[in-house]
Amino acid sequence: MRSIEFEGKKIELDEDGYLMNLNDWSDGIAKHLAKEDNCELTDAHWEVINFLRSYYQQYQIAPMIKILVKEIKKTMGADKGNTKYLYQLFPDGPAKQACRYAGLPKPTGCV
Amino acid sequence: MTDEKAPATDANAIVQELIKYEKLPYEHVELTGEIKVPKIKPDAMIKVHAQQLTSKDTLERLGYPTKGLIPNWKEVFLKTMDKMLKKYKSVRLFMDICVRCGACTDKCHYFIGTGDPRNMPVARAELMRKVYRRYFTWPGKLFGSKMVDGWDLSIDVLALWYTYFYQCSECRRCAVFCPYGIDTAEITMAAREILNSVGLVQKYQHEIIDKAQVIGNNLGMQQNAVVNALEFVRDELREETGIEEIDIPIDIEGADVLFVTPSADFFASPHIESLYGYAKVFHQAGISWTMSTHASEGGNFGMFVHSYDHMKRINKRIWDAARALKVKRVIGGECGHMWRVLSSFSNTLWGPFDYLDSKYPRPQHICEFTLDLLNRGALKIDKTANAEFTATIHDSCQIARGMEMGGQKYGQFEIPRGVIKGVCEKFVDMPENTIKERTFCCGAGQGLLGDDMLPTRVKGAMPRMQAYSYVKKQNGVNFMALICAICKAQLSKMFPTYDIEMEEVGGIHQLVGRAIVLGAKEGI
Repeated sequence: MRSIEFEGKKIELDEDGYLMNLNDWSDGIAKHLAKEDNCELTDAHWEVINFLRSYYQQYQIAPMIKILVKEIKKTMGADKGNTKYLYQLFPDGPAKQACRYAGLPKPTGCV
Repeated sequence: MTDEKAPATDANAIVQELIKYEKLPYEHVELTGEIKVPKIKPDAMIKVHAQQLTSKDTLERLGYPTKGLIPNWKEVFLKTMDKMLKKYKSVRLFMDICVRCGACTDKCHYFIGTGDPRNMPVARAELMRKVYRRYFTWPGKLFGSKMVDGWDLSIDVLALWYTYFYQCSECRRCAVFCPYGIDTAEITMAAREILNSVGLVQKYQHEIIDKAQVIGNNLGMQQNAVVNALEFVRDELREETGIEEIDIPIDIEGADVLFVTPSADFFASPHIESLYGYAKVFHQAGISWTMSTHASEGGNFGMFVHSYDHMKRINKRIWDAARALKVKRVIGGECGHMWRVLSSFSNTLWGPFDYLDSKYPRPQHICEFTLDLLNRGALKIDKTANAEFTATIHDSCQIARGMEMGGQKYGQFEIPRGVIKGVCEKFVDMPENTIKERTFCCGAGQGLLGDDMLPTRVKGAMPRMQAYSYVKKQNGVNFMALICAICKAQLSKMFPTYDIEMEEVGGIHQLVGRAIVLGAKEGI
């Protein structure tokens, strides 16, 4: 576990860099976490992050990757609606890296 | 703080320092297609420690201490060990009968991958035997540790236990080669339970054991999320096939079949591709089936520790759902330990299942179900749909070294192979010493699939990767089919780590789903 100072507030992260308290999330935190990985968040990244957050609000879990791919296809066009594109955006895997920036907990289980 | 408590607090601090999780770099081994006995590298993996569970609520629900190592840990350690030795006669027997012949030494994938001598099965078991001889045999009790080459309990012993009993995937390959049949998995399960009782609780598996009991599945998907995922797959299936009737029924009372599968099958890739396959098989067979939001998990991580209470409670959901939905039979999807618990332990946990159809008195495996349909000509198959593949099979350990499938000798080997050969023209087995009862673990079984274990995951996958690269080179194999959710998650991560495309890993029913010709029913 570690904590970071962000805008005067102490924010706790788990061993893998996920937010311990999901209410700590803000746009700024997402940018900050991405910056630590040398990743500049573009509109495309935000499209994914925002969708993950709204899905999470309804279902308390991240969507399966196929649901995410379909959504991206819908909003960003057929050429972007595939896993490869998501891996380009989030090289560490959309399920893990994107969830981390979006402030969602890390998925558990055989995944 | 009283003086009495002070040293104990220190003990926790000391052990925490010794088993602290550290993100370590990992590197893969070059693929030559050969599996060689490695040079010994003492302490090669001594720094790899699984993360510990620290959530107080979760620990409380599981019934384990909540603040790390407890003050009276020695007393509780020996008490739990005594309980394990009395309750599980196998564990006591395995403590006594090893003759140190060395047959197991080079059989563990973690030893082959790492060269760490403590990953030799005999050395792993010795961690417990040293304590056993000191405290549970009369010469040890009377004359102390030196007399019996034993160990007095110490923080160092505790740290070694935590380190190396979480570098065993309970795959039981060593047991196949042991002339006495000593099953290291039994020893590891007991050791993990002893560690739990003193407050050293590994995070990955116990977080999941908790979620499976509290929420109902390993992923922690609430019912609305399960329904959303299954409906999504149903809609995709309808769109893809143009068949409006194809369905993934949920909570249908009076269906013939209750189908249970790991929750990863409706969440992760490549797992989900098999779900499409299962649904197509049920649709084409014309058999009424249902999934359950109550029993939304097939897997049972309760088996990884020697607390049958967890295993029993997780398994109960399936039988409660079977009874409530009034089904006639239960079929399980592609999952290793699910199959072992469901087929081998269910009956003594929650049986007898006299409310099921007497023709199907025990749970079936989806491969058993599909092969039967294939053999009867009830499924129309177009093998050209899989023409691009030369497939092989990775026998998952809990199935290969579990009980027979389909009540048939060697069914656990022949039935899954039968299904693959039934839907794919080209099939090649990996070398004999790496398949069937001698199969190698994927490198992440029994609670070692977390990212914290990446160093052992990469090294432990090495024998399997070598065997695959051998048939890839010799026979042009380009698809590894398998029937375990852990293996799928691990290998689809390891393939790219070893510079092979992750798409070369998938479920057997992924191949089935591609080859089934829907609508062209020829009758059962």
